[in-house]
Amino acid sequence: MVVAVVLLGLLYALPNIYSQDPSIEIKGSRQAKVDESTVAAIKAALENAGVKWKAVERADGRVLVRFANAESQLKGNEVIETGLQGKYKQALTLAADLPGWLRALGAKPMYLGLDLRGGIHVLIDVDMDAAIKQALERYAGDIRGLLRKHKIRYITVSQEGEGIEVKFKDAATRDKAREAIYKEFRTLAVESVDEGGDFLVRAKLTPAEKTSIKKFALEQNITTLRNRVNALGVAEPIIQQQGDRRIVVQLPGVQDPAKLKDILGATATLEYRLVDTEHSVEDAVAGRVPVGSKLYHDRQGRPLLLKKRVIVTGNQITDASSGLDRRTGQPAVFVSLDGQGARRMRNVTTENVGKPMAVVFIETRTQTRMVNGKPVKKKVKVEEVISVANILEPFGRRFQTTGLDSTEEAHDLALLLRAGALAAPIEIVEERTIGPSLGQENINQGVESVIIGMLLVVGFMAIYYRVFGLIADLALLMNLVLIVAVLSLLQATLTLPGIAGIVLTVGMAVDANVLIFERIREEVRVGNTPQASIQAGYEKAFSTIVDANITTLIAAVVLFSFGTGPIKGFAVTLFIGILTSMFTAIVGTRAVVNLIYGGKKVKKLAV
Amino acid sequence: MQISKKTSIDFMGKRKVAFVFSMTLIVISIVSLFAQGLKWGIDFTGGTLIELGYEKPVDLGKVRNVLAKAGFEDAVVQYFGTSKDVLLRLAPQEGVGSAKLSDRVYAELSKAAGDEKVDLRRVEFVGPQVGDELTEDGGLAMLYALIGILIYVALRFEYRFALGSVIALVHDVIITIGFFSLFQIEFDLSVLAAVLAVIGYSLNDTIVVFDRIRENFRKIRKGSVIEIINISINETLSRTLITSLTTLLVLLALFFVGGEIIHGFALALILGVVVGTYSSIYVASAAVVALGVSKADLMPVKKEGAELDGRP
Repeated sequence: MVVAVVLLGLLYALPNIYSQDPSIEIKGSRQAKVDESTVAAIKAALENAGVKWKAVERADGRVLVRFANAESQLKGNEVIETGLQGKYKQALTLAADLPGWLRALGAKPMYLGLDLRGGIHVLIDVDMDAAIKQALERYAGDIRGLLRKHKIRYITVSQEGEGIEVKFKDAATRDKAREAIYKEFRTLAVESVDEGGDFLVRAKLTPAEKTSIKKFALEQNITTLRNRVNALGVAEPIIQQQGDRRIVVQLPGVQDPAKLKDILGATATLEYRLVDTEHSVEDAVAGRVPVGSKLYHDRQGRPLLLKKRVIVTGNQITDASSGLDRRTGQPAVFVSLDGQGARRMRNVTTENVGKPMAVVFIETRTQTRMVNGKPVKKKVKVEEVISVANILEPFGRRFQTTGLDSTEEAHDLALLLRAGALAAPIEIVEERTIGPSLGQENINQGVESVIIGMLLVVGFMAIYYRVFGLIADLALLMNLVLIVAVLSLLQATLTLPGIAGIVLTVGMAVDANVLIFERIREEVRVGNTPQASIQAGYEKAFSTIVDANITTLIAAVVLFSFGTGPIKGFAVTLFIGILTSMFTAIVGTRAVVNLIYGGKKVKKLAV
Repeated sequence: MQISKKTSIDFMGKRKVAFVFSMTLIVISIVSLFAQGLKWGIDFTGGTLIELGYEKPVDLGKVRNVLAKAGFEDAVVQYFGTSKDVLLRLAPQEGVGSAKLSDRVYAELSKAAGDEKVDLRRVEFVGPQVGDELTEDGGLAMLYALIGILIYVALRFEYRFALGSVIALVHDVIITIGFFSLFQIEFDLSVLAAVLAVIGYSLNDTIVVFDRIRENFRKIRKGSVIEIINISINETLSRTLITSLTTLLVLLALFFVGGEIIHGFALALILGVVVGTYSSIYVASAAVVALGVSKADLMPVKKEGAELDGRP
């Protein structure tokens, strides 16, 4: 078993020896799929520009271009972008240069934390109070609409604290309104109040509704941020929920924190507009844009003439999801609007059945342009038509958009519709940026201290315990290999404190062997035979070792459950290190000791 | 090679001396903690930390001037490792809690450096509210670790041993933190992690000694409690010293080659290992004696005892 574990450990630790190539990952997009011609185009572009590359590989609908160094990677990135006319999604990444058989086994190198590879970590706080307030505003609007629809006259609808207050002239109207509101909005707790001669209906958010608003705000913000980050072209971004109101964004290797912060804070919105069918697009393209209309382009660059009047904007969309149309089975996107948006939509669609309507995606992006050799940052408003569909019948609060090519497209559109705006304002509450040079330095120093620490311990053990010391050294080496293998296998994040954890385990791992060897010495001193001493030494030390290690394990678990990023890394390596060291120090050394001394008559032990 | 053939040092006889020594250290630590407190890192206080790498050695005065002109009079500027690396600390500012601060500082300093390229090596921004949460969580983590260990040791040994080991742990933690307070060394998140690791390590040591005490309580019929504890400590002494030595060896390697960022971390562990080794010899066992443990407390239940006696 020991041999099997050792071999497996070696196998999975192996990928870490191979170098990591700076690479560019190219993925297909809506306009273009990746195929052999893409590969050819990339090669041609690189060749023309005289950029040297190591390899171009195509797999799973993406192309990976490997470079020998980061310099040609960056140059190559520009060349490929112009060469492919920006039709594809591109991202800088690091790819391990593994031989095929290792890759087939699923072996990967360790996943390095941001402090080792460089990158940005931001912790974002979502303003939940604002989310609740926005929801209340929406409800207030909806209640106004509802009362008007039922022709119930009210004096005011206002937001009071965490609820909505509606004032009426008399009790009869009030009671009618209460009934109507109660029926329509099951998510509100409604009560009638008579106060100082006023007849009021107070509607409060139920706790369940509050939770769901917060959950929705967090989810939508994560979706929005994910979209924006994906637009950045960073490989392996991490966007995760942390706690019930925080979002972690981690971007390995991004050099420009200012750019990221701009993107995170960027505003994007959507507008529904009618398509201008009375005038010709060709005239508009030629410069004669009719009054009341505006020229837009869709994602493929085709021109479209839209009415200037906006029907509904993105923040009036309360939800959007993709699915299949119940009647035709076609992919569809289901959109829900708030009260105000629904009313306008109904009015417009009633008058324009049969005519096309378009969705415009508007985003403010920061672009860096070279002006006179100096980079200049400029905010650019990008407006794109993301979908055009015919109005089949009048609709209001809920409607669906069909005529999409695939479920994938429906999914993307739903995402875009939802991702228009952030559901609640965000604030960056923590930021950690590690420059790539510092990352490499951290790796070097970390590896150096592991090696030096290891050599010191190995030397000491060999001198102090002679043959047994060498056996312990072997176990120590195995332990290191196993830690690396387990980390690679689990793809746990290795951080600088994580390396420190490895160093610490190297120091502590010999403890088990020290305990065993000291016991063996004691037994020999008492006058036992060498074989019996070995037997007794391992047996008696065992419970001590387990007790001592379990307490350290407790500390590691506590560290893990409480810790954030870097501390977690320390806890993980400490935890793994304790387990592997127990295995190598007890089972591993025993096997070697048996191999050397087993079944022989030994007169003296070299311990 | 061996450090000592067979020692018979009267550790317990000197436990009064050790007690005075420990108390002195603890009192100094606590006084320092109350008088000047800890120099909390930005992980806990909130604020912005920026590490810059210059191509040539840089004059800190100039950096300060540039920052003062840009409106960052309260910035703390210092070298980090070499005279080419500069570390800036900005206190959290009301209203400007935004992460944009680092961008402005970096822009100002790059402009001032002229042609020389300034490398933005590291930025850490922690909002004050996150810092507060962390302080709370850190304290809780320490508490949970202690409670978890207390329970485990109480189950495996006896409650007096559990108390003894926790007393030793508290002793180690106070002295380690006290050292950071006394010399005003920055106490950041990684140091806290180190302190938690010290808890694990020191306990490891203590458990080994306790294990032997338990074994000897059962094995040696003659002799007083103190005598047996003395024998046990002597028997485990070489192991205690060797393990501490190997751990210290790697920690020293970490301290000297591991880089500036984990200096505090390595230092806390070195202190912890030294204090932890001392405490597992003098403090933990002495505490057990003081708590009045007797041989009977650790005598195995009858059935188990018969089995033990049957061994050769």
